[in-house]
Amino acid sequence: MQKFSFSSAALCPERYREALTDPASGGYASFEGWVRDNNEGKRVLRLEYEAFEELGLKEGERIVEEAIRRFGVQKAACVHRVGDLAIGELAVWVGVSAGHRGEAFAACRYIIDEVKHRVPIWKKEHYLDGDSGWVNCERCAEAAHEHTHDHDHGPVRA
Amino acid sequence: MRQVQVRYFAALREQAGVSEEQLETGAATPAELYEELRLRHGMRLPATMLRVAVNEEFVDWSRPLESGDRVVFIPPVAGG
Repeated sequence: MQKFSFSSAALCPERYREALTDPASGGYASFEGWVRDNNEGKRVLRLEYEAFEELGLKEGERIVEEAIRRFGVQKAACVHRVGDLAIGELAVWVGVSAGHRGEAFAACRYIIDEVKHRVPIWKKEHYLDGDSGWVNCERCAEAAHEHTHDHDHGPVRA
Repeated sequence: MRQVQVRYFAALREQAGVSEEQLETGAATPAELYEELRLRHGMRLPATMLRVAVNEEFVDWSRPLESGDRVVFIPPVAGG
């Protein structure tokens, strides 16, 4: 299986897990990100994910390779959904197999944290009140509009 | 003047009202190009909030632009 990929169809963790089995591994950790029906006090009806896939694939693969090297795990992979998602659907999956549980959990955490901050994927939330917005973009644009900055924001954290 | 291709995603795509364009520009760097396009399309995100990629790799805002370059301005990401 590819270390990092995008999917416009529903994710299949059972199938991905099979690809990470390894006789040298004594543990497997995975993370599933699900679509939540609320964010910052607003009721969310559905989500759209959009990706710059050419660069996203390269950056995602770099992250998984970093995790494998850094934590010495056997195998790792990540799949991210794109397109329209309903509440409860699986948005992202990360799996890691390793000799022991400690490095499996650590590598899994590293991959999801880095993917959220580095891979060019954008999330648009559609709200119950009819409004919609790109997460991390709308309020920043408003803030930038309202006053001029003499400081740097640094990376915007999800 | 240089011929470059620009693609827009997410909030920038909606603000620019276009997802892709070929254009001729006198901009020497992605930083100059973004200011030119921001004025033309009325995009609200300041460059300080963006990253930039040329030919499908993250680059510095001051990297010299060349004809044929494929430029993407990257709004704050929100995967996961």
